[in-house]
Amino acid sequence: MIDLILAIVFVLVAPVIGALVAGVDRKVTAHMQGRVGPSILQPFWDVGKLFEKEKAVVNETQIFYAVCYLVFMVFTGALFFAGGDLLLVIFALTLSQVFLALGAFAAYSPYSYVGAERELLQIMAYEPMVILTAVGMFVATQSFNVSDIIATKVPVVLVIPGIFLGFVYILTIKLRKSPFDISTSHHAHQEIVKGVTTEFSGPTLALIEVTHWYETVLLLGILFLFFGWNPLLAVIAIIVLYLLEILIDNTNARVRWQFAVKSAWLVALIVGIINLAALYFLSGGVP
Amino acid sequence: MISTGGYLVQLTQLLVFLILFPLIAAFFLLIARKDIEREWIVKLSTLAIGIVSVFLLITTFDKGTLLEYGVPAEPTGLIMFIIEILIAIYILYLGIVHRKWLVVGLILVQSVMMLYFELVYAHSVHVQANLFIDEFSNIMALIIGIIGCLICLYSIGYMKSFHEHHPEMKDRRPWFFCIIFLFLSGMFGLVFSNNLVWVYFFWEITTLCSFLLIGYTKTEEATNNAFLALWMNLLGGVAFVGAILYLAMFAGGVMGLDALISTGSVIALVPAALIGFAGLTKAAQLPFSAWLVGAMVAPTPVSALLHSSTMVKAGVYIMVRFAPVFDSTMTGYLIAMVGALTFLIASGIAISQSNAKRVLAYSTIANLGLIVACAGIGTYEAIWAAILLIVFHAIAKSLLFLATGTVEHRIKSREIDDMNGLIVRMPKIAAMMVIGIAGMFLLPFGMLISKWAAIRAFIDAPYGFLFIIILAFGSALTLFFWTKWMGKIIAVTSDSTNIEGEVDKSEWTALVSLAGLTFITTLVFPLLSTKLLEPFLLANYGNIAQISQDNIIIMILMLFLIMVMPLSILLPRRKHRHLDPYMCGRPTTQDMRFSGSMGVQKKTVLANYYLDTWFGEKKLKTLGIWICSAMIIIMIASAVLFGVFL
Repeated sequence: MIDLILAIVFVLVAPVIGALVAGVDRKVTAHMQGRVGPSILQPFWDVGKLFEKEKAVVNETQIFYAVCYLVFMVFTGALFFAGGDLLLVIFALTLSQVFLALGAFAAYSPYSYVGAERELLQIMAYEPMVILTAVGMFVATQSFNVSDIIATKVPVVLVIPGIFLGFVYILTIKLRKSPFDISTSHHAHQEIVKGVTTEFSGPTLALIEVTHWYETVLLLGILFLFFGWNPLLAVIAIIVLYLLEILIDNTNARVRWQFAVKSAWLVALIVGIINLAALYFLSGGVP
Repeated sequence: MISTGGYLVQLTQLLVFLILFPLIAAFFLLIARKDIEREWIVKLSTLAIGIVSVFLLITTFDKGTLLEYGVPAEPTGLIMFIIEILIAIYILYLGIVHRKWLVVGLILVQSVMMLYFELVYAHSVHVQANLFIDEFSNIMALIIGIIGCLICLYSIGYMKSFHEHHPEMKDRRPWFFCIIFLFLSGMFGLVFSNNLVWVYFFWEITTLCSFLLIGYTKTEEATNNAFLALWMNLLGGVAFVGAILYLAMFAGGVMGLDALISTGSVIALVPAALIGFAGLTKAAQLPFSAWLVGAMVAPTPVSALLHSSTMVKAGVYIMVRFAPVFDSTMTGYLIAMVGALTFLIASGIAISQSNAKRVLAYSTIANLGLIVACAGIGTYEAIWAAILLIVFHAIAKSLLFLATGTVEHRIKSREIDDMNGLIVRMPKIAAMMVIGIAGMFLLPFGMLISKWAAIRAFIDAPYGFLFIIILAFGSALTLFFWTKWMGKIIAVTSDSTNIEGEVDKSEWTALVSLAGLTFITTLVFPLLSTKLLEPFLLANYGNIAQISQDNIIIMILMLFLIMVMPLSILLPRRKHRHLDPYMCGRPTTQDMRFSGSMGVQKKTVLANYYLDTWFGEKKLKTLGIWICSAMIIIMIASAVLFGVFL
């Protein structure tokens, strides 16, 4: 069931795709703001430059946490693309996220500390919906294995439309897009100090950027699962949804964390109960 | 089970040894006055108990359920009854002296019911086998024998420094150790008893022990909290006697756990509901959570003992035992819902708590809620998850309590915000604490495997989606309060120095063993599952639950990754330039002081988020108490209605 080759392909190719997505993101964003924008290869140059910078840290443990963040993100993605268990993927993803927060805590600086707390709020906001997504996939396809979910002939998105909408809602948080970029933002205009990544610099910050690339590919992969029965439709859906995220990003100002958490929970609660209950009763009480 | 007579005799001896030996140790601890004597009695007897509980596993391995006929019912039952009366008189006396009329009332009701049973029905009750052992009892015995004993070992060092720190308190250590060993004896009795009347006897012993231990310091707060624990548990005790009486009156005196469970929900539902209620009180589920939080006033080993290997585990043990009766009944679902809501609400309250021990208390209540939810659902998958939760929770939680206790004596505080930069100040103890916290909620460790198992169990359960939604939200809350605590510990503060010094040997042994167990149990979890849990499930449910081979390999891989990563510190590396944290351009000194307004030097202080407006204890608890009380009332009513109609 676990396909090692796909896992290796993910490890090698995902950062390239992730960086290109980031490049396109910046280009489209620039056009939306009436700018020309950088080349779509710009993320590569940025990270390359970061790697060449001096290694400056507040303390060494930060590097350890950043490396763990990267390693477990790669592990999670590899597990997902190799066709592993979706619940396991989600828990491994959480582990990776926790390492980023720990890295920010470890610096013991006011800004990164607040950033870490806000990062945790963010995790707390999307976590229920992520778990419900995995459960929804199971209810739709009778399997937690990504390899089975992808091979199914069931139009997953039509079986769990509510959960799909819920996932799209928290995708904004996960991609750190405005209005929910409450712990750190990609945009300079959103904040003066860079939240959770404040105390990371040079090569360490580069590691975190690379981790974001991996994470983006993983998240798009989960989106793909909703349309797994029709790959072409899946690719179109992913492109449309990502463009939608960029549009939301550029047309909304950051909200307070209270709103982010409350709304994410409310969405998870409503779609979770309605969608899962409907499936439960339609199938005659047998889940 | 066909076995040779000699083998069964040996087994009976083992069980009786585990129940009686701690009593003998308790007696000697009561009369031992010198530190050195006490130290050796504790060391040797914990070693003996630990070895025998492992030996018990080896002898009964692969043999399924074994009923013991060796211990005669009659003289033993009479002795138990006399002890019960003596306990009742003692509690009655204390209740009157302290003017706790609720306790007095409850103990009177309970004693009268028990007397009535003994005088009218006792002779008509016939239980073939009074003791028994199966895989689940074996697991419980290991938890009591190993974790319980490690906590006893830890107490040697802790109680010594406890009295050094609190010279105003009377040193009653002989009494303390005596009660702790009595507690172990009661727990062993509880998990080996097949006769429900015996289970009840040991149940009351644990209630009494916890009451005495909580009140150990004799301060006003301790005494009040001890009585709080007492009346709540006595209420459960009344329900337990109610179940026994019901069985004697309407069910022809069936008192064997084996017989009761195999009859299913036809006659056992009412007693199961009553015993389930007793379990809810003992497992500190809402609305009875207050006693476990109040128990925090006791010395830390007591909290560790109550939370991990004894007391609350007795509550969930009995519920898991009765789980086959709960399966697909209204009563079962309502109990499960009480558990699930307790999980959600207690996890929320834990966010708002700044006191480390209170966070641990609420996290225990939450995890017990999850176990209760699994037991109430009662399918084979749910029971699998429940037993895993019992095992892993016991290990990680005892480690956390003991580490917190050791830290508390050094920094003179239980506040999490005072644990700032613990990794610099006390690296070894901090590492233990981090392992404990990781063991509670992060992936390759046991608790998360169990939560995963719980999700799978809920999916297949009727109305499971409700439980899944509650679990999803509860897990998110759990993640928040654990990570922020961990962040406090691992923050590298520039102005601190290492003040760890020598940790007491007995404390250190317990901490390292428990940290080691956290890793080892995660590693041997597949073995635990196939060799102990699967036979148990197969015998009781005719079905087994497991995690696929692939996932086990992946998790072991992750465990190794987690273990290898910290070693990277040992790698030679180029020197990095160190910069001060960003302070918004203010001139800052090395120890994070900056000049504030009016030229005052201020120290940077960072504190966690507690989100009190959302997760305030008072608000959530009141809500939980109302909802859960309503559910419990409906639960009892539905069981009684069911019992009347059939």
